[in-house]
Amino acid sequence: MQNETRVAISCASDIVTARQKGRQLGMQLGFGGSDLTLIATAISEVARNIVDHAKSGEIILAPIQQGNRHGIALVARDDGPGIPDVTLAMQYGYSTRKGLGVGLPGAKWLMDEFDINTKVGKGTTITMKKWLR
Amino acid sequence: MHVPVLKQGDYLIASVQSVLSDADLLQLRDDLADRVGQSRSRGVIIDVTVLDVIDSFATRTLRAIAHMLKLRGAETVIVGIQPDVAFAMVQLGLTLEGVGTALDLEEGLAYLGRVAGRSVSHAK
Repeated sequence: MQNETRVAISCASDIVTARQKGRQLGMQLGFGGSDLTLIATAISEVARNIVDHAKSGEIILAPIQQGNRHGIALVARDDGPGIPDVTLAMQYGYSTRKGLGVGLPGAKWLMDEFDINTKVGKGTTITMKKWLR
Repeated sequence: MHVPVLKQGDYLIASVQSVLSDADLLQLRDDLADRVGQSRSRGVIIDVTVLDVIDSFATRTLRAIAHMLKLRGAETVIVGIQPDVAFAMVQLGLTLEGVGTALDLEEGLAYLGRVAGRSVSHAK
């Protein structure tokens, strides 16, 4: 992706950095206040997922374009254990830890597009997009 | 960043000054649990006006703080949740069920006056 920003995620304080970068890029791309908050919150959820389950990974932020639509892509990538049952993991309220189980399904609701690619033992890549209206 | 906790009469006021890491939030939880005992506080206000993101972890921790302080005999009210933050929380399906909320510090004090006021005035 062009002009992408990468943020390495290995501890909880990186989550704050990632969402600040996301807000920054979103602002540059012309997103307004409430969208910026949705973007930052979505980043927070997927970045925390990396810290909790994979220990380390990265968040990639990039401007995207499709026809005359512009937007932002957020990719959360890790080489962690992967998710054995994605359907279950995407179920609201399901958590393998003591979380609220809203992270992944919640992030999906915050963004316009959400795609998850995971392989047990290989890692997980979540791609989310939000388009400018 | 460490959250300063001020004592104001029967109440404690925790005023969040900047973005909070997970560790800061957990520190705040521990600080408040201690301070409520030391100060014999009846109510706690947590001012989150400056927070630009309240995600599932922050929500869970704020809820835990409120429930914990309740067990310590103090009421908690969260004040200052910004409109955009409230919108994102609703989108995420997050609620602060069982936790008092108020618009700002002033409303928070009024809230505590109602729910944490001296209810045993006859015993004075």
